[in-house]
Amino acid sequence: MQLVKTDLAPRVSPPQQVGLWRKLSAPYFGTPGNAIITVTCLALIVLVLQKAFTWLVVDAVFTGDPATCKASGGACWPFFTSKVRFMVFGFYPYDEQWRPLAALLLFFAGCGISMGPAFWGRKLLAFWGLTLAALFCLMLGGVFGLSYVPTSKWGGLPLSFMLSFIGLAGAFPLGIVLALARASKLPVIRALAIAFIELVRGVPLISILFMASVMLPLFMPEGLTIDKLLRAQIAIILFAAAYVAEIVRGGLQAIPRGQFEASAAMGLHYWQMMRLIVLPQAIKTMIPPLVTLFIGFFQDTTLVVIVGLLDFLDTIRSAMRDPQWQGIAVLEGYIFAASVYLLFSTIMGVYSRFLERHFRMGHD
Amino acid sequence: MKRVTMNMLLAGLTAACLTSLSAPASAQSTLDAVKKRGKLICGVSQPTPGFAVPDSKGVMTGFDVDICRAVASAVFGSPDKVDFVPTNINTRFQVLQSGEIDILSRQTTMTFSRDNSLGLDFGPPVFYDGQGLMVHKKLNISNAKDLDGAAICLLPGTTTLQNLADFFRANNKKFESVVFENPDENRNAFFSGRCDATTSDRSDLASVRAVANNPADYVVLPETISKEPLAPVVRQGDSNWRDIVSWSVYTLIAAEEKGITKNNVDQQLSSQDPEIQRMLGVTGDFGKMIGLDNRWAYNIIKGIGNYSDVFERNLGEKTALGLTRGPNQQWSKGGLLYAPPFR
Repeated sequence: MQLVKTDLAPRVSPPQQVGLWRKLSAPYFGTPGNAIITVTCLALIVLVLQKAFTWLVVDAVFTGDPATCKASGGACWPFFTSKVRFMVFGFYPYDEQWRPLAALLLFFAGCGISMGPAFWGRKLLAFWGLTLAALFCLMLGGVFGLSYVPTSKWGGLPLSFMLSFIGLAGAFPLGIVLALARASKLPVIRALAIAFIELVRGVPLISILFMASVMLPLFMPEGLTIDKLLRAQIAIILFAAAYVAEIVRGGLQAIPRGQFEASAAMGLHYWQMMRLIVLPQAIKTMIPPLVTLFIGFFQDTTLVVIVGLLDFLDTIRSAMRDPQWQGIAVLEGYIFAASVYLLFSTIMGVYSRFLERHFRMGHD
Repeated sequence: MKRVTMNMLLAGLTAACLTSLSAPASAQSTLDAVKKRGKLICGVSQPTPGFAVPDSKGVMTGFDVDICRAVASAVFGSPDKVDFVPTNINTRFQVLQSGEIDILSRQTTMTFSRDNSLGLDFGPPVFYDGQGLMVHKKLNISNAKDLDGAAICLLPGTTTLQNLADFFRANNKKFESVVFENPDENRNAFFSGRCDATTSDRSDLASVRAVANNPADYVVLPETISKEPLAPVVRQGDSNWRDIVSWSVYTLIAAEEKGITKNNVDQQLSSQDPEIQRMLGVTGDFGKMIGLDNRWAYNIIKGIGNYSDVFERNLGEKTALGLTRGPNQQWSKGGLLYAPPFR
């Protein structure tokens, strides 16, 4: 008797290698519903691109004055060319604007380098210390033959980046300390951390900026003034720290109890446990909310207009108020602002997805 | 970290208590503080066409800006020794009270309650404005009393809505207010027909109308429903500083009356008119009396010109705003500008 089955079922050949067309057509045109959606979207995209092209190039005015722009329905490039330096650098002295430009480029280069995991380490911290010092020398002047430019003249894009990046960079360590304090077993420390976080989260950024810039000088001894930009920067750091603290706390709670117990069993003390075991794992889970916070802050810096500082969006608005151009280049100004914000927010978003893949933190 | 925060808090509180004790005793005069700093700090509007707006190189220009430049010229002999701080409409007075700025020159209406409850003093009005109404021409409305039930676009100014409500209530008419935070939105809403009318100060209405594709489609109604004398503001209790600001403004007005302009001020130094001689510091010690150089008024006119120069350069008929002098004309020509004598 034969127990082993010999007449095996015929093997089915693997599905035929599908062509590129099949691959694309299945999800987009597989069902009538999908086909309709695809065609509609394509039509919309074409329509928008066509309109944009007409506005930006075909109908646009490339040379001329406000009157020519007013007469035409297209984009007004003369507005852009005559105002772009003010829009980007604000009140920074016109002849010295190579300095904020150099500072911006240096800053972008630094960010580019820091994005590569290969460069992470203590040296990067030292590098940033040097870079920040160089950036401040460049912007503030008063050394190496550079003329002194007070912070009240800073504005535009460099100010937006400074307030948001330094704000978040300063808020991050403070936020971690606050989060650890909030999770602490010592009641006084825990109460203080909770009080700070809840107080700061309970009021809008605008009121903290207002306090820092208008109320604080009323309490200061006469003659003693703290730079307004510094006050706004500190206010943003403190404000962001409360939010970072809550994100970090969420990250800490995502770490299984076993990790803490295991590191305790290894004989690690509190700071070793946090630094070597818990935080490295926790930070990975915090990346998406941190990036969201960051993008939000990059845009929220516009609120410093309440204290008389002009960030990027505010300098653009100011440029549009020039009586010569008023009402002529409204769309141009806002579209320029939107494109710049979109560009940098997209870079941050793409980089955050890269980081997530790098740490392989998704469920794969 | 916690301890640092606590210490800072304590230090702040202590400093606050000490300040409140010692502030009256150590009050430094504004003029000394300005001289020591080497420049004037002046609060102006967030960019507003004609009054305070940066040009393409980031240099501030405008009517309110020139008032600050006049004071800077009086103190330092140069119209450029001044920093401008854009101030928010809601926080402008606090910024002045806290000492962050020396003068507020920001389209601010002088009123009884502001003068007497905020610890502030007003200089002489530099611009006589008034709230007006502008309508679409096709509505065929010739006066504001015909606007019963109209939708009216406006900005959330401090008194704009209140004046409007007072006017309509006094005439027993109704209206619907449509408030916009942003001047661009307000303007577009009015142009596109969302509102029957828009209301603001007359100077502002003129600039809105100038932006329209066809300004002839809109009419400014004859009624002026409020008085808005715009004046520079200083902190109360420093009468010397207030005198400097006031007489800098009077210098602009008197210079126009006497025919002294930016271009001819050097010839006028040899004028035989005793008042011009006193004003320009050729004779007498008028500068010393207010703690300035005797050439202070000469410096103002040399730096920015007279009232007419300032008006025409920033708001006049050759600018995009195209304002006529209206009430901002010399008293001798039927206007409200009247400088006390330099005597």
